Amino acid sequence: MGILIYTESDNGKFKKSALELASYGRTIADQLGVELIAVSFNHKDSQTLGHYGVERVIQISDPSLENFTAKPYAANLAAVAEENDVKLLILSSSANAKYLAPLLAVSLSAGYASNVVELPEYIQPLTVKRSCFTNKAFSTCILENEVNIIGLSSNSYGIRENTKEIVAVDKSVTPRETNLVVENIEKSSGEVSIADADIVVSGGRGLKGPENWHLIEDLASTLGAATACSKPVSDMGWRPHSEHVGQTGKPVASNLYVAIGVSGAIQHLAGINSSKVKLVINNDPEAPFFKAADYGVVADAFEVVPQLIEKLKIFKNS
Amino acid sequence: MKILVCISHVPDTTSKINFVDDSSAFDKNGVQFIINPNDEFGLTRAIWLQQKQQAEVTAITVGEVSCEPTLRKCLAIGANRAFRIDIKPTDGFQVAQQLSAHCKKENYDLIIAGRESIDYNGGMVPGMISALMGYNFVTNCMGLEIQGNTAKAKREIDGGIESICCALPLVIGAQKGLVEEKDLIIPNMRGIMQARQKSLTVLPANESQVKSSISKFEKPAPKGEVKMVDANQIDHLIELLHNEAKVI
Ligand SMILES: Cc1cc2nc3c(=O)[nH]c(=O)nc-3n(C[C@H](O)[C@H](O)[C@H](O)COP(=O)(O)OP(=O)(O)OC[C@H]3O[C@@H](n4cnc5c(N)ncnc54)[C@H](O)[C@@H]3O)c2cc1C
Ligand SMILES: Nc1ncnc2c1ncn2[C@@H]1O[C@H](COP(=O)(O)O)[C@@H](O)[C@H]1O
Repeated sequence: MGILIYTESDNGKFKKSALELASYGRTIADQLGVELIAVSFNHKDSQTLGHYGVERVIQISDPSLENFTAKPYAANLAAVAEENDVKLLILSSSANAKYLAPLLAVSLSAGYASNVVELPEYIQPLTVKRSCFTNKAFSTCILENEVNIIGLSSNSYGIRENTKEIVAVDKSVTPRETNLVVENIEKSSGEVSIADADIVVSGGRGLKGPENWHLIEDLASTLGAATACSKPVSDMGWRPHSEHVGQTGKPVASNLYVAIGVSGAIQHLAGINSSKVKLVINNDPEAPFFKAADYGVVADAFEVVPQLIEKLKIFKNS
Repeated sequence: MKILVCISHVPDTTSKINFVDDSSAFDKNGVQFIINPNDEFGLTRAIWLQQKQQAEVTAITVGEVSCEPTLRKCLAIGANRAFRIDIKPTDGFQVAQQLSAHCKKENYDLIIAGRESIDYNGGMVPGMISALMGYNFVTNCMGLEIQGNTAKAKREIDGGIESICCALPLVIGAQKGLVEEKDLIIPNMRGIMQARQKSLTVLPANESQVKSSISKFEKPAPKGEVKMVDANQIDHLIELLHNEAKVI
């Protein structure tokens, strides 16, 4: 019996979420006294996983797995889970993990809770807290099945070092027929994606027009942050849809969320609620966003943001 | 082409979320219900396929009689017919099983569900239907064209967009981009009148299992006071973010 985590990598490096899963999985494995097993696809770097508590990594490398496709990936994870008598699988909240989790759940006849925000309250029966109503609430969810899957919300546990002796095992691919072909991947080059970002800088209608977005972009690049926007901003085509955050856009669970010229409508707040620290810059002291903020500055964005960028640059270089 | 659109009946996005019965149930009091936003993008795309490619569009929901106004709205938007599977939805797996049992009888070419509902937020149902049916699956679907038996779909990934080509039958998890906000169809008088004539059939539930249950709900802990920083003290703001919040 063991716990299995699916570790994702990008450009030859494990994603931060992979290390978070390892840290989270390690803690549960210790509680249960079982082994923590990782599966990685087309990426071999057992050392890094060992630092975060993984004891065995099963490495599956095959040209057919070069591009992520949900069915073959799910089939390979299911095969590992079955061969190793795994009762608990832990996945991240990346777009790919959320894509394959329901497929995996059906094939393993497992229970599945997505958007889990902390360690299980109980292991037997498995009881987890997950966010629901787009972050407006949490539910306590009980999974009474032989096999269960947890989808961990990003940044909800953090990364904790805990070095273990790790064994790497190569496993051959479990072939899975598919007539679904990924023809092309268009990467928004060089930028940090909202899902992976520690810091997100977001602009609203208060920025007046797309020509002013250099303010948001410069601040984001100074902070190494991803850029985001409110819904009207993407609806008007000032920014791409992929940046729309909120209840009907992307969820944000960063460590710092900076909102500039965003009023703080309930649908916007719902999506960014799980960010740990919120900084709001708005020229209207009555803007509702201040009620949801940790830090607030009442100011004209066009005056204060350039200053903030300058001072941050000095701070970063000091 | 036969299209099924799975409709989740959810509280309006402006709703205040409260709980009753010892925090074990959602408080519906005074809450307006709407078509789940992602499902509405999917329904609109389906109606375009009906108008331009002669598709037949069926809307379906798993739920109690209180969901029927939402289904009537789907008919007013343009769906040809609607079904309600008469059982209280309790978890994603159960809903997916109920929907799959219906799909097995009907042989839909395309099954559209939302990427995620805004109440349960499981992101489970479309993927599970695809797995139970053995159909192809594309979630976070923000573009879809169908020619004959082939679908070209776009999927939003973290930091980009993926173009996919696959055969029907297909299940998609719909989201914004599939159609734009401005394309959403607001039912007109004619649509509303016609909807009254269209069939809304109640189907008995099939046998299904439940793999999870909710023991209680809670709201996020109230937030501490906001710390306001004077616009002339940006250095102080940076210091707070660095030393106090420890986020930069
Ligand atoms: C079904 C539904 C779903 C929705 N989903 C979402 C969602 O997912 N995400 C989302 O964001 N919205 C969503 N909305 C829209 C939401 O209700 C608000 O309309 C929207 O968030 C407002 O965007 P905004 O804050 O950019 O613009 P506004 O509300 O116009 O706010 C602009 C803000 O900028 C400030 N400002 C103006 N000038 C300056 C300046 N010079 N310097 C600094 N500040 C300035 C103003 O004081 C104001 O607070 C949804 C709405 C509906 C009905
Ligand atoms: N009770 C239901 N009846 C019909 N479709 C549903 C129901 N619940 C969820 N769905 C569909 O599945 C999608 C994803 O829901 P969820 O898995 O709850 O996030 C929704 O957007 C709907 O399209």
